[in-house]
Amino acid sequence: MRAIAVAVVGLVGCAGDDPCAGVKGTCVGFSEGASAESVQKALIEAQPGTTIAFGAGTFDFRVDLSLTVDDVTIKGAGMDRTTLSFRKQTEGAQGLLVTASGFTIEDIAVEDTPGDAIKVLGGDRITFERTRVEWTGGPNQTNGSYGLYPVQCMHVLIEDCVVKGASDSGVYVGQSDQIIVRGNHAEQNVAGIEIENSTHADVHDNVATNNTGGILVFNLPGLQVHNGAGTRVFSNMVYGNNTDNFAPAGNIVGLVPTGTGIAVLAAHQVEIFGNDVHDHKSINVGVISYVPTGIAVTDASYDQYPTAIDIHDNTLAGTSDTPTGQLGALLISALGELYPQGPFIVPDMAWDGVLDPARVQQATGDYADADKLCIHGNGDADFINLEWPLGDATKPSTDMAPHACTHAPLPEVAAW
Amino acid sequence: MVRRVLLLAALAACGDNDTPEVCGAQNGVMCQRLSSWQLFDDIAAQTPAAGVMPYDINTPLFSDYATKQRFLVLPPGGVATWSDADAFELPAGSVLVKTFSYLHDRRDPSLGSTLLETRVLVKGDKGWHGAAYVYDDGGTDAHLQVAGTIRSESWIHDDGSTRTDDYVVPNANQCKNCHAEHDNVTSLLGPKARHMNKNGQLEAMVAAGQLAGAPDPMTWPKAPDAFDPASGTLEQRARAWLDINCGHCHNPRGAARTSGLFLDVAQTDPAVFGVCKPPVATGRGSGGLQFDIVPGSPDDSILVYRISSTDPEVRMPELGRNLVHAEGVALIREWITSMTGGCTGWTSGHGQPASQPARL
Repeated sequence: MRAIAVAVVGLVGCAGDDPCAGVKGTCVGFSEGASAESVQKALIEAQPGTTIAFGAGTFDFRVDLSLTVDDVTIKGAGMDRTTLSFRKQTEGAQGLLVTASGFTIEDIAVEDTPGDAIKVLGGDRITFERTRVEWTGGPNQTNGSYGLYPVQCMHVLIEDCVVKGASDSGVYVGQSDQIIVRGNHAEQNVAGIEIENSTHADVHDNVATNNTGGILVFNLPGLQVHNGAGTRVFSNMVYGNNTDNFAPAGNIVGLVPTGTGIAVLAAHQVEIFGNDVHDHKSINVGVISYVPTGIAVTDASYDQYPTAIDIHDNTLAGTSDTPTGQLGALLISALGELYPQGPFIVPDMAWDGVLDPARVQQATGDYADADKLCIHGNGDADFINLEWPLGDATKPSTDMAPHACTHAPLPEVAAW
Repeated sequence: MVRRVLLLAALAACGDNDTPEVCGAQNGVMCQRLSSWQLFDDIAAQTPAAGVMPYDINTPLFSDYATKQRFLVLPPGGVATWSDADAFELPAGSVLVKTFSYLHDRRDPSLGSTLLETRVLVKGDKGWHGAAYVYDDGGTDAHLQVAGTIRSESWIHDDGSTRTDDYVVPNANQCKNCHAEHDNVTSLLGPKARHMNKNGQLEAMVAAGQLAGAPDPMTWPKAPDAFDPASGTLEQRARAWLDINCGHCHNPRGAARTSGLFLDVAQTDPAVFGVCKPPVATGRGSGGLQFDIVPGSPDDSILVYRISSTDPEVRMPELGRNLVHAEGVALIREWITSMTGGCTGWTSGHGQPASQPARL
């Protein structure tokens, strides 16, 4: 085993720029010009503990790469120095597919995959560090869907990465548990960062700008992992996410109105605090149930109502009178009911106002405190309850008083 | 286990082609050359050696119009164990062999074929591992190709036209993509009762004492031949095609489990096999459509869109095909057309039918 690794390194060593320099343990190095087949072979033959190291330069792949061995690290010479390019890819639905635990990728870039860039399925201890994923042609619906894409994983760290151009989500964590997403820069994606059907996530100190929507916390029906809960979204810079929605139609992310800061869809126990969210033409912070999508729910275990959301101590500023898309149209209709003479500016925060009949207390006609949407300490930021469906006897309301409550702070997600 | 074996094989690569290899199911080492497995009396003619049992299945997985020949080798005295729904349990030392080839002219098999690859799956002490052997130009032997390869091939198609394909021989990880359920446990696709219940194959195995635990033959499941209307209803044939082509990933333990779309034949809830099911992470694979299957409307069904595509991000299955299985697409279209009802989408109530989703 060791003999092979050393032999490969030896070959690379002739190039004079050893990609394995400084790596402890077994390392297989590749310098620019290495064949795609040799890279895939190394990934197949790697042993736990092996590092696959790429030197500076661009490496072209026509077929996807895959890894099934635990505890392997893939590294480059820096996210702006080493690029794995999939521009010529004709085979495989992602650039790199990992079905293993203990996986780390760092200091490298993955560019122009026709499908997802880096997908990790079903692993524990998954780390993305200083990794760049980019579709270099800018926003385009022919770009791949997801940039950094751990799904059904446990213990996920995504840190100091850059993701640009995903036609769905730049950073997408799905059906996972124990997640930290911090210090990343997401730009020109449809969704900058999305946490979907996941539990225990900390999303903080990220920058999300020029996406269609900045940060999304969604729960969707029909999946094996239901009813995600326990996400903290804090200390993020979320601004100017006004890139026209370029998701291929038919995707749920296509629902996100162009110009969305932070959005919660049918998620539970979400604490949104200390964020700077500004300059969105549809909404700075939105909370909705699955009900207004109009899609029939056939999944009996799906809970389509957001509960226990706490929006506090954020700085929210800058919306518009031209919200977009179908949900934007709902906003316009609701504001039209409130202000028939016009004019209006969309409030900073919006809630569809749809209550779960099973959770409504008979005495109050409202949720118990533990289930409520709480809003406090957001300066002079304003709010609208759409009281969906529109056009009925219950008018939309801008009264925040029913939301003057506080949920217990959610616990920090600990690194492992 | 898998890794160790492959690595030993890689070391063995230092030997030249004439040196006898120490390899095979008995000592757990992948051979470098197909001939070293001693599976065939005549490799070019695919004449199996003694103890190598050819078999066929009712509806095969589509592989770019390649023809497939399947063989099963049980270890001396080895017995397979029956399962009603899952793959038969095969004893350690079992070998499954599948050879892929292109007929020169699909209208006349007697004109011969080009051998592409033979895949070998070996049951070791800790499970299955596999590899592909790519044929030399003459087709007299094939060599282990851990990292896979692409072969440019052509043939005369059923309609007399010349067809070409960049046929992909999978790498060892891609093998696992289809042959793995949870935790990378390799699973078998073909050797299941419903697939092998054909031409008296199972009866012969039982009679030879090679298949234990089989119940009354009257109760044996039998998948239809998807393209023989006499063998099942339209729905049964469509589900059989989906089962063998999609069900190995799209099942509750498979690689596509995160989609929530399960196409194995065990699923009985229409919402789970796609009827009015909105996609989750389909991306460009949606084709602008809202639901996997819209009853009565194949053109509005993402399922049809994806099996009709050759785009790497859109096409399904993801692996194992570059070409469209025209006959399979026609079957699925016919099945969806025959369904009644419709789906309620997010445009409902806004004056637009669900089949024309509005861009939000």
